[in-house]
Amino acid sequence: MAENLKCSHCNNPATVHLTQIVNNKIIKVDLCESCAQAKGVTDPEGFSLADLLTKTNLIPEGGEPQITCPSCGLTSADFRRTGRLGCATCYLHFIPLLRPVLEDMHAGTLHKGKVPQVALSRQSAAAELQTLKNALERAISEEAYEDAAKYRDQIQAIKKSADSEAVHS
Amino acid sequence: MIDSLIHSNKAELTQSAKNGSPVVLSTRVRLARNLVDTPFPGRASKSQRSDVLTKCVDRIAELPQMKQGLFFDTAELSDLEKQVLVERHLISRELCEAESGSGVFINKDQTCSVMINEEDHLRIQFMKTGFNLRSVWKQIDRFDSSLEDGLDVAFSQEFGYLTACPTNLGTALRASVMMHLPGLVISEHMDKVIRAVNQLGITVRGLFGEGSDATGHVFQISNQQTLGESEEEIMSRLGSVFKTIIDHEINARFKYLEQNRARLLDQIGRAFGTLQNAHVLNSNEAMNLLSLVRLAVDFEMLPEVNRSEVDRLFIECQPGHIQHAAGEGIEPDARDLCRADKVREEFARFPSLNFDKVNVIE
Repeated sequence: MAENLKCSHCNNPATVHLTQIVNNKIIKVDLCESCAQAKGVTDPEGFSLADLLTKTNLIPEGGEPQITCPSCGLTSADFRRTGRLGCATCYLHFIPLLRPVLEDMHAGTLHKGKVPQVALSRQSAAAELQTLKNALERAISEEAYEDAAKYRDQIQAIKKSADSEAVHS
Repeated sequence: MIDSLIHSNKAELTQSAKNGSPVVLSTRVRLARNLVDTPFPGRASKSQRSDVLTKCVDRIAELPQMKQGLFFDTAELSDLEKQVLVERHLISRELCEAESGSGVFINKDQTCSVMINEEDHLRIQFMKTGFNLRSVWKQIDRFDSSLEDGLDVAFSQEFGYLTACPTNLGTALRASVMMHLPGLVISEHMDKVIRAVNQLGITVRGLFGEGSDATGHVFQISNQQTLGESEEEIMSRLGSVFKTIIDHEINARFKYLEQNRARLLDQIGRAFGTLQNAHVLNSNEAMNLLSLVRLAVDFEMLPEVNRSEVDRLFIECQPGHIQHAAGEGIEPDARDLCRADKVREEFARFPSLNFDKVNVIE
């Protein structure tokens, strides 16, 4: 059966067949002699397929999910070529490609270190403020003045507490 | 542009008032940080990069640690000036190649440098002579916290600080020491040490980082992993590995001295003689000879004050420094003459080697 398989890259008869379990999924790759050489697959025992998948184009385009970052436009092909991500939002979208890489690379996959408390609380306060401002505008345009007054008071309260914090720090 | 840095009499690595310590030349810790809402430098537009530069420079200039610090725009530095900053470990080779809108902020005593728009928006580095992991961490942690008070950094609860390269994710912390390991090299144990520490997720590189060789028996040893462990865990693991390496180095030195006394003292004596009398000296040779003189200080054949002079020469004998001192555009051959002149002049002030002081470990 294996004799009938074709190389996933060039359609020549495949002579190198790799099967590995990566993240509980069975991954199979078939390669012809010359593609295997070109991809550096010479000793099937001695390397991790997961490693290879992230570093080279072992699986041809289309064989894995094509991801594009909605924020900076980075594609999975870009990521595989450079090994770099484009922006903070990439980390939300490239997780399927990243996770196996991180497991290999690091001591764990969950951050256990320092947390930028001040910057984070400022960011969430800013986000809350923006939501209230949007609600206020909507209420005004809908002539829901009671709601608008409520939103305005909340906005003022947040601004006031931010100001007094700034004075104290 | 960088003259005030080179001629500063307070620079940590070249003008340290301390005598330096055996084995460990210096300790460095660096943190990578990115601003939220702007693509990382490699993917940012020219105007985004220049916005980030302005924002960061403004914020850094406000910090007390940067009082009297200097900012250099990469575009305004000559190739030679960049090389000098690389040799002083104040910027990376990558920053030299960076596109427009990048630069470096360096504090007064050159213990802190912040690169802007290198691979990440911010690369903060603190360094100190000797083995000082804890105190360098404390300094950089404080600096980083006050920086974050004024800048919104990219951070996720799951992955920690978000970096352009996933290898830096999490703490984004790289702690490294510069170690002088002639004992392990001469006794041919270095390969074994490198293999062993690699297994522990620790990297060994030459004096100038990736791809550089270990001239002068000087190695940079640092953590590879940044995610899944806290800063404290990373540093305590590193600290104990460093201590083990130091012990092995000291043992290797004394063992070699015991078994090959005449040979080792001959090597040291000839190195000293060459540095005192050479008229042509390339940088590799200079590094390797200086390494033997540093070893002589550790063996108490020279007073301790000479150690920091050797450490300064390690840096000032680099090609960029020699060329900068001689004025731009001298040929490599002429550089070797200038280097020999400089070293001869400095070594004329050294006392002679005291071979009687060398004692085998009791």
